[in-house]
Amino acid sequence: MFATLRHRLHESFVRWAVPVRAPEASPIILTQRRVYVLPTLAGLSYGTALIVILLGAMNYNLSLGHALVFLLAGLGVVTILHTFRNMALIAISPGRCDPVFAGGVAQFALVLENQRADARTSLRVFIGDGDPVEIDIGAQASTIALLPLHAPRRGWMRVPRITIETTWPLGLVRAWSYVVPDLNCLVYPAPAAKAPPMPWSGDTSRGSSREGRGADDFSGMRDHQPADSPRHVAWKAVARQHDGPLLTKLFSGAAAQQVWLEWNELPEAMDTEQRLSLLARWMLDADAAGHAWGLRIPGLRLAPDNGATQLTTGLRALALYQHGTH
Amino acid sequence: MARTNRPVSRRQAWWLLAGALAAFLPLTQQIPLWLALAAGAAFAWRAALTWRQWHLPPKWLLVLLVIAGTAGVFMQYRSIIGRTPGIALLVVFLALKLLELRAARDAIVTALLCYFLVLGQFLFTQTIPTALLSCITVLITTATMLAASDDRPAPLLQLRRAALMLAQAMPFMLLLFVLFPRVQGPLWGLPQDRYTATSGISETMSPGSIAQLSQSDAIAFRVEFKGKVPPQSQLYWRGPVMPAFDGRTWSIRQTLAAYPEVPYPVSGPAIEYELTLEPNGKFWLFALEMPGNLPPDSALTSDYQPLSRQIVRNRMRYTQRAFPETNAGINESRAMLRDALILPSGGNPRARALGAEWRNRHGEDGAAILATAQDFFNRQLLIYTLNPPLLGPDLIDEFLFDTKRGFCEHFAAAFVYALRAAGVPARVVAGYQGGEVNPVDGYLEVRQYDAHAWTEAWIAGRGWVRIDPTAISAPSRITTNLAAAVPSGEALPFLARTDLTWIRDLRYRLDAVTNGWNQWVLGYNPQKQRDFLAGLGLGEPDWRSMTAALAVLCGVVLLGLTAWVLRNRRRVDPAYAAWRRFTGRVAARGVVWQHWEGPQAFAERAAAGIPAHAAAIREIAGLYARLRYAPLPDEADLERLRGRIAGFRP
Repeated sequence: MFATLRHRLHESFVRWAVPVRAPEASPIILTQRRVYVLPTLAGLSYGTALIVILLGAMNYNLSLGHALVFLLAGLGVVTILHTFRNMALIAISPGRCDPVFAGGVAQFALVLENQRADARTSLRVFIGDGDPVEIDIGAQASTIALLPLHAPRRGWMRVPRITIETTWPLGLVRAWSYVVPDLNCLVYPAPAAKAPPMPWSGDTSRGSSREGRGADDFSGMRDHQPADSPRHVAWKAVARQHDGPLLTKLFSGAAAQQVWLEWNELPEAMDTEQRLSLLARWMLDADAAGHAWGLRIPGLRLAPDNGATQLTTGLRALALYQHGTH
Repeated sequence: MARTNRPVSRRQAWWLLAGALAAFLPLTQQIPLWLALAAGAAFAWRAALTWRQWHLPPKWLLVLLVIAGTAGVFMQYRSIIGRTPGIALLVVFLALKLLELRAARDAIVTALLCYFLVLGQFLFTQTIPTALLSCITVLITTATMLAASDDRPAPLLQLRRAALMLAQAMPFMLLLFVLFPRVQGPLWGLPQDRYTATSGISETMSPGSIAQLSQSDAIAFRVEFKGKVPPQSQLYWRGPVMPAFDGRTWSIRQTLAAYPEVPYPVSGPAIEYELTLEPNGKFWLFALEMPGNLPPDSALTSDYQPLSRQIVRNRMRYTQRAFPETNAGINESRAMLRDALILPSGGNPRARALGAEWRNRHGEDGAAILATAQDFFNRQLLIYTLNPPLLGPDLIDEFLFDTKRGFCEHFAAAFVYALRAAGVPARVVAGYQGGEVNPVDGYLEVRQYDAHAWTEAWIAGRGWVRIDPTAISAPSRITTNLAAAVPSGEALPFLARTDLTWIRDLRYRLDAVTNGWNQWVLGYNPQKQRDFLAGLGLGEPDWRSMTAALAVLCGVVLLGLTAWVLRNRRRVDPAYAAWRRFTGRVAARGVVWQHWEGPQAFAERAAAGIPAHAAAIREIAGLYARLRYAPLPDEADLERLRGRIAGFRP
């Protein structure tokens, strides 16, 4: 009951404190007005202890007791300033965020820059109610905080409100601030766990250009992989090297091993997300096997190719399918 | 929320142990030996736990130990409330808290306990060395709090940061100390143990009791005279009046306040002074004879002894006016006079006979009897000494006629006895006589060895008249001091001796510092605060004006500190600042610099836009580019850049 009330109060405070819905322009400077300061539980105990000491000093007419409690009260005020200073005027800019598959954990990189001539210590950065990342920022330096966030769905995931807080140096007060940087993570569809075999159709030559280069333009050899066709195993080489590993002959030319991943040829019963998952799985498998692949989904046609760029482009297309382009 | 569930690291454990030791060690004198040893064992256990990284003791064991410790404290003091038992309990808690350092929360609690123990120390002593020692304890405890929040910096760095923060807290402390509206304690009834025995004049006087005090050079009170310090022979500081005599011991009879105001008319010139009384554990105040006014919350007994409404357990300060020429008690009540004539039945036959003879000679003429008595004391050639011989049952007779050696209590007792035997009402007055001016701060210091006893006789028409029989035989005791009066070679307290001047000089200085500390730090009570603030020009200092002044001044300090703490916010690069001035001027002509734009590219665009100044623009951009991107920028280029830009008027 108390917890819900507290939560609700906190939420309304956050709505007041972070009125912007849109991401903020970077760099975000934590100006004085956006840094909030409140005592921590330890700070409240400290205050209570001071009151008790003051009462004791009054009761026994202890002048030095008064001096002690006033010194500690001064310390309490000073620590507010120090905590505040530890937070104020940090410049925050969004870093990069590598794409992840849905169901994985996105790592948002946040660059915190300290333009001051002394270090900032023990800052905690966290997303929402997540686990905090503790960082220090050296004098006139910057630190990257990697904030993990679970990515449940494909598409663009914008980083939610990020809290930066510190209780340094005495732990009696907490200064904190909220930022909503322009930081997004591309979430690919989760690759299907169980996938039917790749759609090797008979017409691997369809639509591709094979002129001038034969399928058997030998270009080299690599270790044999289970998915490699037995027709391409370098049997002669195997015969030469007794006990040697199986080798696969590679042939140049786009059509060496090429597969079309087609949206329309998937069973009718599959819904969009299932199709995307399956396509993602095939893409990954094809890439791992070194095959060139092409993709055809409504609104997009990707010519067959292989390599990292092709994979990134394909996965991105799947991630953003019917999702706008952000 | 702050994370208070982090485990306590080894380093933090060491810090906490250091803080606890710093808070505990000064208290070892005040707590029972068994507790000091037990706490020491707990600290050693903590050290071993940290050193060997053993497991913490189980919770049930700690609970048992807390119960055992509390029971031990209770057995020791028959209470767990009050000053000493409270401190002892805090020590128990601190020692055991160290054994259950699990989370950062425990570290905070430990640090707070240390602060409490610093206060506990002040209950026993508030001297300058104590204050310095407490500064160290607070410093270590604060460094411990720092370490509890971030344990990475080296110990010296933590101490330095703690010192810096405490230094920044100092202005607040000073302001609060001066301006925080003080309240005169106690706020609630004080536990009994606050009344500790202090040495000083007691309720009774028997042979040897005042001589014993003469061995102590503790300060009884200090006096600051408004005008000139009166002659020594006038400095009779009136204390308990003792009219009752049982044959050996004189004692007070009046313990109740009788007069809320001075009952007698004062006359003659006034002596104004401020007296700072050390705690004496009694209701007694001391005042120069005869007091013309009474301090707040005080009254006179029916024999004119000033009493405080509360036991003097703190240093107390009051202003007084004395009228030495006052005749008090002209219309004394019959009962009082009758009391002042009572002698125990039997004993001291020779003194009785002496009195009877005076009575026969002078009849009702008290003044004549008094003169005869003084003459008799003079002729007896009595010797004033700190080491009088032991006296038998008829001690007045033995002193007056046989041994003839005695200290002031012998003189006073014999004199009153003889007067009473002659039918003149008389009584013993105890107090202090004299005092010594500290040349460093000008305060008159009255020490325990200035304790004295004299007599008062009631003479019709004149009231109570002071006669000091000691002065008859040893006038130098009154006009100079104790050292001058006693035969050389008798043991005197160190400070009463007149040789060893350099040590005395040193001691005077120390006393002056201590007195300043007492007056301004320890004695800064509501009264002193009002006087001081009124002296500063704060008219009508009440809690409202004090709070207002406090708020304003604290605000000023806070602003200053904030400016200092948030200083050097962003140092703008001077070359960049100059460049922005330049781009601002170019922008006025319609070519706006973009942040991503390099200087040369911008210069080409600007030169195209403002062809008249193309050369100047290119030169400025070149200079800026050199400053920015050259491997070894030339300092002179900055000046050149500034000069060009200053002269650039498109």
